[in-house]
Amino acid sequence: MRSVLRATIVTVLILSSQALAMAEEYLPWKNNSMAIEKALGGLKGNPQRGRAIVIAPDKGSCLTCHHLPIDEELFHGTVGPDLTTIASRLTEAEIRLRIVDEKMINPNTIMPGYYRDPNKFNQVAEAYYGKTFLTAQEVEDVIAYLMTLK
Amino acid sequence: MKSMPIKIFLQYVSLFSFYLLSCTGYAIEPVSGYAYISQDTQEMQDDEFANPGMTTVDKGRALFHAVAENGKNCASCHGEDGVSLKKSRIAEYPIYSYESQRPITLQEQVNICWQDKLDNIPFIYDCADAVALETYVRYLARGEVINVDVSGPMQPYFKAGEELYNMRVGQLDMACIHCHVYHQGQKLRGQTLSQGHSNGFPEYRLQTGQITSLHRRFTECFVTFRAKPFDLGSEDFINLEIYVHARGNGLKIETPAVRY
Repeated sequence: MRSVLRATIVTVLILSSQALAMAEEYLPWKNNSMAIEKALGGLKGNPQRGRAIVIAPDKGSCLTCHHLPIDEELFHGTVGPDLTTIASRLTEAEIRLRIVDEKMINPNTIMPGYYRDPNKFNQVAEAYYGKTFLTAQEVEDVIAYLMTLK
Repeated sequence: MKSMPIKIFLQYVSLFSFYLLSCTGYAIEPVSGYAYISQDTQEMQDDEFANPGMTTVDKGRALFHAVAENGKNCASCHGEDGVSLKKSRIAEYPIYSYESQRPITLQEQVNICWQDKLDNIPFIYDCADAVALETYVRYLARGEVINVDVSGPMQPYFKAGEELYNMRVGQLDMACIHCHVYHQGQKLRGQTLSQGHSNGFPEYRLQTGQITSLHRRFTECFVTFRAKPFDLGSEDFINLEIYVHARGNGLKIETPAVRY
């Protein structure tokens, strides 16, 4: 009886998380002294998923500009700083702001804001209108991965 | 303790100079994209038999000599193989047309002749035939130094182009200036960012296997930025073309260039 109940709860949770993923609302965040302490939506990141997002060309594609300790991928970019030991230089909260909206720190940066307020963008293609580049969960996954780079 | 103020002073100096570097499009000597491609690709561009863009040049040459219904072709005015075309004039486009009361691109000029002198149906901007003719005419001026005059009536269009060049667009929220000024010479994955000059356009792209006009290249960047592009041949893209050509003033025409 108990296992049936547990299975039902798990199924409901999976379904509701999928429904959330389909129409995710923009979650507010706060820049506090050049850092965002709270995880977006209180979500917990998964470093394995984060590593995949960092590589995927249609997701984070961080390798386009940054060097990362991912040896199976050739040609890492040199536009941004080397992230091999990023977690020993920055705290999780500092990394979060830099991924969410680096322009808060350097208004001239080339670094896209992966969870920047979509209303702040200019001349966005219709398919991406009102959307953030990554979802809140994806941002937290990337942070979880970067925090392993000590 | 005495050395502390000097340290702080030096920190301020370095911060300030970094600020200057990142805020102003610091003046750099224009360098052709040719310098940023591999030796293999350079050799491919230089060898007219190996250069895949030469197919388009040949197509343009055929169109240049194709006789229209009124019995004329481009060669009727400009001579066989365009011998009487002034090569240095080709390198001055876009120019201000007092007749049209606005700047016109080389492709527009070709299209004006195509309609007015040959009585042909006008081209749609950047259609394959128009690009082929533009490629051929620019190829005739290979080695000619780009010399776009942006003074006088061209000034406001040049300024508008510069504004577009520095305008962040799309979900990636980037502008041309970020890659081609601030980060030129650095690597985007395996590809070296060039200064983004237009002296080789229309150019053959190894990535797409196609001859690519300047406006199509702009469009590709806009799509990468997840931005809504302007129309091919639109006033905005023409302004941007004026600015991009003019910032490469002094470079030699390389059409058809071979690029990644």
